[in-house]
Amino acid sequence: MCRLVAITSKDYISPMENILALETMKEGHDGSGMGIILKNLGGEFEEMKDYPILSGICSKDGLHRLDEYMERVGFQLRHTWTPRIKPVKGIQRRDHYFARVYEYPEEYKDRAFEEKEDLLLRTRIALRRMGEDDESIIVFSFYPDIITIKEVGDPLQLSEFFGLDDSNLKAKIIFAQGRQNTNYAINLYACHPFFIQGYGSMTNGENTAFVPIREFLMSRGFPGYIGYNSDSEVFTHILHYTCKILGYPLVYYKDIITPLKTSEIDGRPDSEVVRLLKVTLRPLCIDGPNCVIGFTPDGTCFMVQDSKKLRPGVVGGVKGKYGLMSEECGLDSAIPQRDRSLDIFPMKYDMVIVRPEAEEVVVWNQLRG
Amino acid sequence: MEPATRLDHNHQLTLKDFPYIIRWRDDRCKRCGRCTAVCPMFSIEPSVILRRTIHSEGPTPQPKAVRQVVTVIKQSTDINRYCTGCGTCTLVCPNEAIEPEYNPQHKFLFHKNRGGYPYRRGGRRNDPRLSTLDRLKFTRISMLTDPALDAGRHEFRIRTYLGRILPAEELPLRFVNGRLEVDKTSGKFIPPVREIYPVMIGSMSIGALSPTMWEGLAMGVTYLNEVEGMPVVMCSGEGGMPQRLLKSRFIKYFIPQIASGYFGWDEIVRTIPHMVEDPCAIEIKYGQGAKPGDGGLLMAHKVLRLIAEIRGVPMGVDLPSPPTHQTKYSIEESVAKMIQSMSMAWGFRVPVYPKISGTRTARAVLNNLVRNPYAAALSIDGEDGGTGAAYNVSMDKMGHPIASNIRECYLDLVKQGKQNEIPLIAAGGVGKTGNLAANAAALFMLGASAVAIGKYIMQAAAGCFGDEYNRCNICNIGRCPRGIATQDPKLYRRLDPDKVAERVVEVFKAVDVELKKIFAPMGRSTELPIGMSDGISADDPAIAERLQISYAC
Repeated sequence: MCRLVAITSKDYISPMENILALETMKEGHDGSGMGIILKNLGGEFEEMKDYPILSGICSKDGLHRLDEYMERVGFQLRHTWTPRIKPVKGIQRRDHYFARVYEYPEEYKDRAFEEKEDLLLRTRIALRRMGEDDESIIVFSFYPDIITIKEVGDPLQLSEFFGLDDSNLKAKIIFAQGRQNTNYAINLYACHPFFIQGYGSMTNGENTAFVPIREFLMSRGFPGYIGYNSDSEVFTHILHYTCKILGYPLVYYKDIITPLKTSEIDGRPDSEVVRLLKVTLRPLCIDGPNCVIGFTPDGTCFMVQDSKKLRPGVVGGVKGKYGLMSEECGLDSAIPQRDRSLDIFPMKYDMVIVRPEAEEVVVWNQLRG
Repeated sequence: MEPATRLDHNHQLTLKDFPYIIRWRDDRCKRCGRCTAVCPMFSIEPSVILRRTIHSEGPTPQPKAVRQVVTVIKQSTDINRYCTGCGTCTLVCPNEAIEPEYNPQHKFLFHKNRGGYPYRRGGRRNDPRLSTLDRLKFTRISMLTDPALDAGRHEFRIRTYLGRILPAEELPLRFVNGRLEVDKTSGKFIPPVREIYPVMIGSMSIGALSPTMWEGLAMGVTYLNEVEGMPVVMCSGEGGMPQRLLKSRFIKYFIPQIASGYFGWDEIVRTIPHMVEDPCAIEIKYGQGAKPGDGGLLMAHKVLRLIAEIRGVPMGVDLPSPPTHQTKYSIEESVAKMIQSMSMAWGFRVPVYPKISGTRTARAVLNNLVRNPYAAALSIDGEDGGTGAAYNVSMDKMGHPIASNIRECYLDLVKQGKQNEIPLIAAGGVGKTGNLAANAAALFMLGASAVAIGKYIMQAAAGCFGDEYNRCNICNIGRCPRGIATQDPKLYRRLDPDKVAERVVEVFKAVDVELKKIFAPMGRSTELPIGMSDGISADDPAIAERLQISYAC
């Protein structure tokens, strides 16, 4: 089972908090990978929030080709962050790990953000395709104020490998996943959390409805709906489709992935809409068992369970710092000062929403709307 | 050698030429005559023979030849009185003295064309081999990584939708006070969509079916809806429905069918102002899997008073429906108009969908319907579908199997991103070997939103004798020995509609449990696993490749 640790805070925090929380949850073999997404960056990135950051891994040759491509498109490198790699036994080092800050191409500088987002997406996909066969270029995200780190190995060892314990890498929202591989060959693109155009999520569970969902998303005509090395990537894309493409408020994500029974819909004040969505977006019902933790571009974080509630999930914390995790011991590690009696264990109708800057926690009930 | 001209009976057939040979036991038979009385084909008859036996009485052997006139049961060698193997004789025999036995060496089709009339029959394709559907297995079993569900305890929602579904991008929604609401000012038409049970009873007409059979089915369907809470729906078949049902609130569980003969539709249209509920949907029949390209035919001897009234025709005349709708000029124009006309008749509150026979051109039909915003679904009836009457050659050699037809249609929709907009209904051989739930689930995973059954429910609910060894299959001549496909009161009185209804309910409740037993280990419970093609495998690489699923051996 994957371990999930998301922390949202009004102050900048280190990813080590997430990794130590992951460590407390460790049980048995659990070393098939770790993924971290940092959002609302601090430290050396605090002053560069408007510039897109390309996160990824390259071979020597791959980096050369990447540079050539970025130059051709017109992106200018402004800043590079690379981890100080410390060799750790069992972790196979690749040539270049990086988070590179770019300036937009000249002709894009004054364009609307939607157009810039479109360019970033197309660029990321092009780079991914360039290096997919020989793994010479692996890119996880290309977006302002977002850094993604992924590698195969035990999370604690990886933190040592990347030197995260003495790094100045900080952010207000950090999502981390310790991966229990259930998807056959280990592929870094299969590692959570997943990110697309401001939306990110990670999942605990297995998605039994993966194929119809993948087919539905891939047939939407949106170029970013590709990949799917993990069945959980669809959760991120459904979130993006719901909120960005369709423009629905976040809570309808719950209605789409875990639709109510027809008889239950009658109790909703917006029953007419919910009934339409249940029918229209039937292929996006996830049919679990899954616990999804995600964030939206404004910094809202949330947790939802599928209707069968077969995966653990807990939300707790204090005003200004909340954790959304798969196990309570992780919360104890990250936010020990909280009142444990106020911890929230979302059940099948609940969507736990933590407002930006960890201002407050709201439990939205699907039955009542 | 004796000259051929002197060989007696040379132009007669031998019993070995017949598909079923009667095994009659002289020692058990008490000559009650029941078997000969019930034989629908008059294949057996009482006959007398002169029998020579040797008797010996007294203390010492004194053999004596005795000649006796004995009554026996004789099987006819007249091809028009062939034994269909129905076994009604066995059913009525008090002493187990008679039964038909299948003769695999028969030459039936060589001879059943007397008078230049090809063999016509009812039933479905005579091919007892396993169908593709029976060669599919559910191989994605949820194990430790995603625990299987408990079929008995988890809540399962085995439901589907019938009706045109708008894509999310076209829903007239607006954002008000943190919630979405339907924008009534947009003028956007939201097509009607019904939530139904994904196993439907397909189109079988009153006329093809006896009044007791149809009533039994209708009662069973109504009970399932009203008492069991299972929204099972049933299609009328061509030829209208009783006024009493049309005007009742139960019409919402039925799908009136309009076919190329338009039989019964004067009566239906006149009843519309008096209807208290809308029907579930309207099916426009363009084709039938059992006899693609053929129109329906109700033989004159089935057109008795009740049928004549419902269909609005004189009694005792053949009722042939043309092979195609006479107004059909093109799918773009006339089919669209027909769908719109039927929609308009009920104020666009009722889904209207066409039914076609399985064909390599199904995708072309589908792609036209996709572009017609009023087309509510597409029902495809595969080659293993049943019929009340057709030419044997049509049934055995015409048509397309449902599995690959439904799969390619679904994948075509996926390519266009419209897989949830126009539901596909699969029919034709679903449950052919008794595996109804497994066949249905496999079709869902190949892409069907629902399946329709006909022959299966006749077999399961009323004991229809018909099978793929051409057993019985005389639905066309009005002499159905079970009373299912006849209008002869002497025959249909044999069938108790209450018992049929009970069996319908039992069948659907059992199917529901079996579907759960399939879905639970696959970890699916909330929505029907439509298109979950990673869940199934074929036992044949060619089938797997054609259906774009995995091969497992």
